[in-house]
Amino acid sequence: MTMHTTPLDDLIACPQCDTLHVASALPDNVRAHCQQCGIVLVTSQPAAMARILSLALTAFIMMIAAVSFPFLTLDAGGLRNATSVIDAVLAFNDGYAFPLAVAVAFFIVVIPLMRLSALIYALGPLVREQKPRRGARKAFALAERLRPWSMAEIFVVGVTVALIKVAGLAAVTIGPAFWAFAGVVVITVLKDQLICRYSIWEALDKATN
Amino acid sequence: MGAQVCKRCEGRLQSRDTESLQKVWAWLIAGIIAYIPANIYPMLLTSTLVERSESTIIGGVVELFEHGSWGIATIVFAASVMIPVGKFVAIIYLAISVQRRSNANQHERHKAYEVVEFIGRWSMIDVFVVAILSALVQLDTIATVNPGIAAVSFALSVIFTMLSAQAFDSRLIWDAARTQE
Repeated sequence: MTMHTTPLDDLIACPQCDTLHVASALPDNVRAHCQQCGIVLVTSQPAAMARILSLALTAFIMMIAAVSFPFLTLDAGGLRNATSVIDAVLAFNDGYAFPLAVAVAFFIVVIPLMRLSALIYALGPLVREQKPRRGARKAFALAERLRPWSMAEIFVVGVTVALIKVAGLAAVTIGPAFWAFAGVVVITVLKDQLICRYSIWEALDKATN
Repeated sequence: MGAQVCKRCEGRLQSRDTESLQKVWAWLIAGIIAYIPANIYPMLLTSTLVERSESTIIGGVVELFEHGSWGIATIVFAASVMIPVGKFVAIIYLAISVQRRSNANQHERHKAYEVVEFIGRWSMIDVFVVAILSALVQLDTIATVNPGIAAVSFALSVIFTMLSAQAFDSRLIWDAARTQE
């Protein structure tokens, strides 16, 4: 059996089906899939770390812009109502729906910002080839755990649906925050595609020792 | 061996979550229960100069169809009806097949699990639509839109089924074949 001669550190168990694989150094820009269930186990992309960090910083700044600037403005019959992302969150702010306001705030602003700051915190020193900060592992694990709860992209689709619903009723002006938010979504997708958990854990390990 | 904690990420080690299916069923049942009032009660309360109206999830979709916005109506219908119901069916099927230690269709079942995990969050679209509309359409007497109670129960239903899908240990799908060998 070759299994016994392979050191534990060189084995990868597929996170979804538990099939064991022997890890080997991959050539650049190659993906390794699980033999059993086919999910991507490892991607090797040179300079991915620096790109992830820069995209995360960009998304963070754009997110701040997205919550500060006006999002949408509605005009009808001489009346005007300007809405920010914060107003959309506070739409549920009456009585029974208050917990939903908190949940929506987390889904579209707080959790995306938490993920971005955790990534910046964990990967920043790695890019500068320094020792990882304290809690860098916890921060990266948190960023990955929160991934399904970060719903900025779903919010943008929701806004599009809402715009079409209102379009017949009144004139809607799209503010700078809308474009900033759309930017956050595109950059987050690009960034998440670059993240290879295995490579980042390896890098964190190497930088610690 | 005998390690309790992952030396890399410091997470707790566990070969299989033995209570996985219990959690899956618990969250799923909570999700189905919350989905019922989400369809009965109004999602949006609209009042204009001439009338006050309430619309449910299905009512909103029908309204969009009548407006001729076919594409958007389809998106909302998919997100609020097809995805949640499809998810209930898929999770029930996955949980039962694991309980019966089924050895068939592992690849298909794994695919189904991946789809459920990926697509479930998109049901939230309708909640965000309600949030934006209620924030935007506040024109005193001309027209105001406010969220209805269904928005809360719908959001709860989506959150519960997401937790249900996350509690499902996908490795269980492959275990039957391994232990029967």
